Amino acid sequence: MSSVRVLVGTRKGAFVLTSDAKRERWDISGPHFAGWEIYHIKGSPVDPNRLYASQSSGWFGQLIQRSNDGGKTWEPVGNKFEYDGVPGTHQWYDGTPHPWEFKRVWHVEPSLSDPDTVFAGIEDAAMFRSTDGGQNWQELSGLRGHGSGPRWQPGAGGMCLHTIILDPSDANRMFIAISAAGAFRTDDGGKTWKPINRGLTSQYIPDPNAEVGHCVHHVAMHGARPGVLFMQKHWDVMRSDDAGDSWHEVSGNLPTDFGFVIDVHAHEPETIYVVPIKSDSEHYPPDGKLRVYRSRTGGNEWEELGKGLPQSNCYVNVLRDAMAVDKLDSCGVYFGTTGGQVYASADAGDNWAPIVRDLPAVLSVEVQTLP
Amino acid sequence: MIRVVLPAHLRTLARVTGEVKLEVDGQVTQRAVLNALEASYPMLRGTIRDHVTQQRRPFVRFFACEEDLSHESPDALLPEPVVNGIEPFLVVGAIAGG
Repeated sequence: MSSVRVLVGTRKGAFVLTSDAKRERWDISGPHFAGWEIYHIKGSPVDPNRLYASQSSGWFGQLIQRSNDGGKTWEPVGNKFEYDGVPGTHQWYDGTPHPWEFKRVWHVEPSLSDPDTVFAGIEDAAMFRSTDGGQNWQELSGLRGHGSGPRWQPGAGGMCLHTIILDPSDANRMFIAISAAGAFRTDDGGKTWKPINRGLTSQYIPDPNAEVGHCVHHVAMHGARPGVLFMQKHWDVMRSDDAGDSWHEVSGNLPTDFGFVIDVHAHEPETIYVVPIKSDSEHYPPDGKLRVYRSRTGGNEWEELGKGLPQSNCYVNVLRDAMAVDKLDSCGVYFGTTGGQVYASADAGDNWAPIVRDLPAVLSVEVQTLP
Repeated sequence: MIRVVLPAHLRTLARVTGEVKLEVDGQVTQRAVLNALEASYPMLRGTIRDHVTQQRRPFVRFFACEEDLSHESPDALLPEPVVNGIEPFLVVGAIAGG
């Protein structure tokens, strides 16, 4: 019988939540790496028991942990992220040049074909790859070396490369997103990159057609249609039908077009989910009501989903990597909050229930569907 | 034999309990002790000092013999009681909130 494993990264450790396919009763293990920030955990699609976790601390820096048994045991692997060549400078908040400095790993993305190959998105923004199970890391420096690099600027959360999407139909094509530089695509396995931000408008930058400078919060893709991308930007929910070459807004009737997460239904490529958050500095749900919004039309027309979610006095946030879907016949949707709740819906968002309520602030949620 | 006391998180990471005991060849300096520590416990690389610059991480301190040695040169000799194993070399996570 199928089962699901939910990998939760929090401010103070990692948790692994497991259930059978009914998704009613959950076993919770953790905290793993108690007291450390776990920005992200993700499993290999070809070897689900191979997990990678980003573990960091303001005191002791960055570690990468690897598990070969689905998160029961872990071993630290390589944690040396050294920029390729002379790091150079990007733009600081005040517009002055600032040297690139490694701070932490925001996102780990295991390869679609090889459990020993894994990508890491780091702050200050760069992309690294390991081909030996995380022991050694090499920068894909063509990204940072893109001519616009010196003009990239940090967002409020730092200059982080937070999103990595691998194209299942083309091993050489990858998409990434950086706050606050924007989205980029490679078509040659990471050697060269191009900004894919045409159609994005950002009120905080003067040039409406700026090549870079956009605060992209997250991007999602359905594997069956890799040319269609959905984006939650600082403001605006966007859609691209040409692999990012152009974007158009699909915010439609959302109560606010600000938010962090966005994801796509496992079996319906036109069904997408967001959690609208009140902008710009409040960062909690409008009216104190936690609601997921679902569009079955690929955007523009959104329905409110709040059954089982708190509908009063709720002032949590849902961070950019904290939503995921499973692949069971009735698609499960999951998200975590800064209040420490992890909510699950076993019916594509119609009904919600908390799996767990009182974890540390949730930074990331990933789901594995196991045979 | 050099005695080193690690903070709790790094003891967990290194899978040790209590003090760590190290053989250090040549002059006993911060750098020599940390080199020996990282050689015995490679998982600690990058957690006490930066991988690339080899600088002490900002919220890590080095104490010994009731003195803060954090700002000493990494190549300065450690106090005699540390060298002869009477006193431990303490790696301390700074009190900095969180």
